This record gives sequence, C-alpha cells and structure tokens, in this order.
Amino acid sequence: MIVVENVHYTYPNGVEALKGVSLRIKDGEFVAIMGENGAGKTTLVLHLNGLLKPTKGRVLVDGVDTREVSVAQLSRKVGLVFQNPDSQFFCSTVEEEIAFALKNFGFSQETIEKRITWALNLMNLKQYRHRSPFTLSGGEKKRVALAAVLAWDPQILILDEPTIGQDYRQKEKLRQFILQLNSQGRTVIIVTHDVEFVADCIPAPRVVLMAGGRVIADGDAEEVLTNPELVEKASLIQPQISQVFQELADLGLPKDVLNVYEARRIILERWRGR
Amino acid sequence: MSIFEGFVFRRIDTPIHRLDPRVKFLYTLVMLVLAILFNEFLALFVLFVGQLPLIWVARVQRSWARTMKGSLALVLLIFFTNLLARWAYAGFRLHPVYLEESLAMTLRFLILVESFSIFSLTTSPDDLSLAMEQAGIPYWFCFAFTTSIRLMPAIARDAQTIINAQRSRGLELERGNFLTRIKNYIPILVPLIVTTIRRSLELAEAMESRAWGATEKRTSLTQLEMGKTDYIATVLLLFLLALAIYIRVSTRIPNLTSLIL
Amino acid sequence: MAVIEARGLTYTYPESKKPALVDVDLVVEEGEFVILTGPSGCGKTTLCRCLNGLIPHFYGGELEGELYVAGMNVKEHKTWELAQHVGLVFQNPENQLFSLTVEKDVAFGPENLGLPREEIRNRVDWALDRTGTTPLRYRAPYELSGGQQQRVAIASTLAMKPKVLVLDEPTSFLDPRGAQRIFETVNRLNKELGITIILVEHRLDLASVYADRVIVMNDGRIALDGTPKEVYLSGETEALGVGVVKVVKLYQLLEETGLRLRDVPISPKEASKLLREVLSP
Repeated sequence: MIVVENVHYTYPNGVEALKGVSLRIKDGEFVAIMGENGAGKTTLVLHLNGLLKPTKGRVLVDGVDTREVSVAQLSRKVGLVFQNPDSQFFCSTVEEEIAFALKNFGFSQETIEKRITWALNLMNLKQYRHRSPFTLSGGEKKRVALAAVLAWDPQILILDEPTIGQDYRQKEKLRQFILQLNSQGRTVIIVTHDVEFVADCIPAPRVVLMAGGRVIADGDAEEVLTNPELVEKASLIQPQISQVFQELADLGLPKDVLNVYEARRIILERWRGR
Repeated sequence: MSIFEGFVFRRIDTPIHRLDPRVKFLYTLVMLVLAILFNEFLALFVLFVGQLPLIWVARVQRSWARTMKGSLALVLLIFFTNLLARWAYAGFRLHPVYLEESLAMTLRFLILVESFSIFSLTTSPDDLSLAMEQAGIPYWFCFAFTTSIRLMPAIARDAQTIINAQRSRGLELERGNFLTRIKNYIPILVPLIVTTIRRSLELAEAMESRAWGATEKRTSLTQLEMGKTDYIATVLLLFLLALAIYIRVSTRIPNLTSLIL
Repeated sequence: MAVIEARGLTYTYPESKKPALVDVDLVVEEGEFVILTGPSGCGKTTLCRCLNGLIPHFYGGELEGELYVAGMNVKEHKTWELAQHVGLVFQNPENQLFSLTVEKDVAFGPENLGLPREEIRNRVDWALDRTGTTPLRYRAPYELSGGQQQRVAIASTLAMKPKVLVLDEPTSFLDPRGAQRIFETVNRLNKELGITIILVEHRLDLASVYADRVIVMNDGRIALDGTPKEVYLSGETEALGVGVVKVVKLYQLLEETGLRLRDVPISPKEASKLLREVLSP
C-alpha cells in the first residue's frame, strides 16, 4: 500500500511542483494519474520509489517512510518504467540489459537466467535476446524496457507516459498487457494525458486528476473524465464518447459513459424503446 | 554542480546587462591582467571587493554567491597548497605573512572567477556569438559555441533522467570502492553519449531544413552597436589598466602583516 | 497545380536491407490538408524526409523513382534550396530551436538565406503573428512549454515562406490541449494562407476534423488514400494498425446492429447532432 501524506516538493531551482498532495493506493489497484504537462504527475511518481524525497510531508510504501530506505531497496518493490528507453540502454545485448537490474538486486545467476527467459517470452522478445538494444525499433525498445522491469517482478508497477509515440496497435497491446498484469494482482499506476487510452480500459481505472501541483479529483474514470469542469481545470480534453453524451444530456441519456460499446448499448436501448 | 550557476546567463535589464559584450569581455581581460600584475594581498583585496558593486548593480547576487560557494573546495585547495609550500620552503617554519600570501593567491583565483562570472551572467550567448561574428570569427564556430551553451541545461537534464532510470534499476552510485564507483558510471555515460548524439543529429536535421549553408554571406537580424555608455566604459577600463601599471611600476605595496604587527 | 508529385518512389536507408519506401505514387494539390498516418515503421517519417531533400542529401542512400516538390526534382536540388519551399517541423520541440530568444530562432532561416535585415525583420514579425507567438518574442525557447515551443518551431519554418508545411508527429510530446492548439494553428495557416499541409499523426481523433485527405501507409507503401470518411469507413484501418476515430467507430458499431446514422461523424459535435436526429422523440 502506498500512502502519500500532504507532500510538498520544490525543485532546487525554486519551482514548487507539488503543493500538498495526499493519496492512498491499495494493493492491486489500477490507477491513472492524469493531467497536463507540468501538473506534477511525474514529480509525484518519482517520490514513490524514493528518487525524490518530499520537502514537506512524507511517502510511505508498505509502511516504510521513503526517506529511510535507499532507492534500490524501494525499487525492488516499486518498478518504474521511464518514458524514454534510450535513457537507460547501455549494454551490448538485450539479455544483459535485463540482467542488469537482477544483478543489482542480488539474484542468483540461476534465477537471473530463468527470469530473463520468462521476461523475454512474456514480451515476445525471444528472438532479440542477443541483439543490441540500440538496433531495435522504437516499439521494440519500449518492450525491452518493460521486460527489464518485469523481470524482477515488482509488486507495484509504474509506467510514465507509456503511450507517447505509440501507434494504435501498440497501444492496444499495451492496454491488454496492463490489464492482464493488474488482474494478476499487481498494483499498476500509469501516468498519462491520453484520455482515449484510459477511456478504452475495461475495467476503467481509478483516475487521479492533477493540476498545478495539486490533486483536483480522485475517483472512477467514469465520474472524473466525464465531468467537464474537472477536465477543463486539468487542461485535458474529454474522451470523444463522453463529449457526445455531454451534448445529448438533455435527452435524458446518462452522462458517465466512456467506452464505445457501452455507448452503443445505451443508444440502441433508447432507439428501440422509442 | 552549483559552481556552474554563476556562469549561466540570466535575462535581467540592468546597466551591466545592456553593455556591449565586447566591452564586458575587455573587462575580464583587464581584470586578468590586474590580477596577475599584483600579488600583494591589499591590492588583490581591493580588486576583489571593487567588483562587488557591479554584481549588485547587475542583480546577480544569488547566482554569484552560489558559484562562490561552489568554488569553496578549490579555494581551500589553493590556500592550503600555497601555505604548505611556503612553510616547507621556509624550513618548516610558519610566519603570519605566509597566511597573508596564501590568502592573496586565493583572492587572485576568486577575482578571475568573479570577473568571468559577471561577464557570463550578464551576457547572452546570442550576443556573444554576435560579437564573435562581428569580430570576424567564422559563423559556424560561433554557432557551435552558442549551441553548446544552449545544450548544456538540456544535457544536464538528460543526465539526471538517466541517473534516475538507472537508480530505479538498483544501481547504487554512493556505494563501493573507488574502482566500483568508476564502473558504476558506465550505465550513466553510455546512454548520455547516445542521447547527446541523437540530439545533435536531430539538431543537424533541423538546421538543414532551415537552409543552413545556403550562402556564405549570412546576414543577421540584429547587430551590436557601441553606444555612449560602452565607449565611456571602455575608456574607464583602459584608464584603470594604465593606472594599475603605473602603481605597479612606481610604488611598493606593503604587506598587511607588517602594518599590523 | 500539383505541389507534390511522386512516381515509383523507392528508398532504402544506407545500412538497411529492407526498403523503407516501396513504389510510392502520390499527387498532392496545392492547398490540400493531408494527414499521413500508419503503423510505426510504415515509412511516413521517411517520406517526410524525402519531401525537403534530407533524403537523399543528408541521409545518403539511393532514392529511386521521381519526386517533384514545388516543381523541383528533389534529387537535383540541395536541401537549402528545397527548404525555401518545403518546411519541416519535427517531433521534438527542443531539438529544433537553437537560439536564446524566440525572435532569433525565427530569424535563423532567413539569416541563413542572406536576406537583408529589413526583410528578415518583416518575416519574423509576420511569422510570429501568424502563429500567435508574438507575445513570446523575447523569451528563451527553453523556458517555454512544449506547445509554445512547437508553435515557435512552426513560426521558424514559416519565416522561410514555404508553400508546403510538413509536420512529423509534432504533438507526440504535447498534452491534448497543446496538441489541439497546434492543429488549430496549422489549420489557420492552411485556410488563410493556402499553405499545403502534410501532417503525420497518430492522434486522428483530434486532427481528422481539419483534414481534406487521409493517406495510410503500411510497409513502405500507400495502402489507403481518400477523404477521412472514406478511409475510416473502409473497414481496413484496424487491420493496418491504424485506429479509427472513436465517433466513427460508434457509427460503425451502430450500423452493425441496424441503426444507420444519416452521415458519418468525424467529430463529437457531428456525432451528437446525428444521434439527436434519430433519438429525439
């Protein structure tokens, strides 16, 4: 369980990025932290594995204050997948890349071998085992970065802007994958401003909406993303389906519709009932 | 890396900022000469303190202070090296004047940092590039110069992201013996080099796309022109230089120690 | 007049075995607003690089077939010549701004051309005005938000007075609001100044409203080419790895189960209007 208690954070250059954020994330939840660029989302998740320590307030991961343990210790439990895989590749083979963290965390050579094979299979990367990560395509690199984190099987998985630069098919696969990981009991947190991606998740995640370093909403996606004032304040755009139903509110149709299949069902019901 | 803070340009409107970059560069040169010309504590002290009003007028006190703080390690190194050398040379005997002399050497270093800091804090690299251009330096060099300055904060940010990413994979930079620590920097350096190369390639593409190399005769949106203040400042600087040379040649500056003791 | 004409365009990157472009035939008329999309690796970025001569001049390799942009054969003209007719805006805002003031950055292109100072000044003023970035004139590009930086990048390209503006996934790093502002800016340039737009995008939901034409590429070839409605209704986009705009998907789903709307909506506004027609008592 993650507890964020009234966290304030000011960067060394004086910018106050978090102005009193409080949050609780239980084990096994699927949470989307959303907001415009600069709202503080990434700053917030950097606190969850101890990379940043609050200037005021505290962060507890499974009851342990992040200021009392090292980033390496926290990372064992909290796996953070960064936005740009190029900011971490340095080995000559994909295999070594995945082994890197496992070695750092002190796994036995035998376990490392097994884990690497498992992670590569999971992400469909078996054929790239001995390839240099630098020769892979953008999408493949992202999969390697994810495999590298999954290899040490963290209980909590955080993905920072996983949909940037991805095409439709890649996003579909990513979404299926995230939902699968979550259904296996892992806590999954995604940081994103991609409302359509979140709207397509079934079941829809919990959405924590941020703006100006504060949390301005925290609830089910169906409630938060369909609320025009909140979405406006977060400088986001409502998912298309939600916008449609917003316009048709006067016809008595429900307003908290996010996904397109649900939308069809409701429309057909109304149409047939006429 | 707070020592570098005193060299990053900040856009503020002050008389110092408005001075022509060439004048400010002359200023750093004059200060360099003066710092070398004198090795007496009193003289160097005057040179050091004399620049402080400029920092105040340029409103860059905080950045400058941070650089001073960041240079503390070097300052102590210079001071103690000088002191030890003099002590050893004098047959392991200590005399108060050695303290003064070592302080003087430290001040010399600080004067150089101070003057160069004032120059960098108040001069936009764009203007500096323009000054270099107008001085006849080929444009590609000026551009490379400005771009590297422009890129420094971006590269620093990349480095921080990389450090974060690797720490999240269990890399511990604070642990281990000397050799381990060096090895631990490979996961930082390799991605940094790759990222920087990629960044440079993208920049090159963007340059090409904006007609880089279209003509040898490049023109410029703005031009540096020396105003009245610039000429007055130049005259003052040259006068200061002349005065300093005169003092050096004609008088003897006493040690503070001999004045006190 | 066709401002872009490609015939049998084929290209392989120097160290690659597989061609990135295969036999591409394309005609774009002046003033069109074209969205170029496709799954990752389909060749859309490669095609962009051909349009202003980065391929073959910067990247090397062998460019087969014919490509004429603004009447010029790309193989025979240097990038700096083509850059005066085709502007290219890249994905990462940070890596296409060089100077320490917006003004200087926008002036960069005209300065390279050796234009007289008055002309440079006029172009800078005009480009800033057209992209709504005049208030940012004296700011440092690195202080700006991603969206502002991209608009400055567009202004910098605009200062070259190109006929064609090519944008390669310009909103990748921007949030939805930032992305929308870019599309609006680009749309204004298209409608008010008649500049031909080639916009490479994955974010079809926000961009489709502005486009006259959508081209879907796959495996180096052009797979679909038509108006947005035609392309999305073809039913082939998902197989090609390109998403369908949500409201179009809704239209398709409804049609499957017997409810046919009068027309295909491209935007939520259109969709709600069409739905209202069938659902109102």
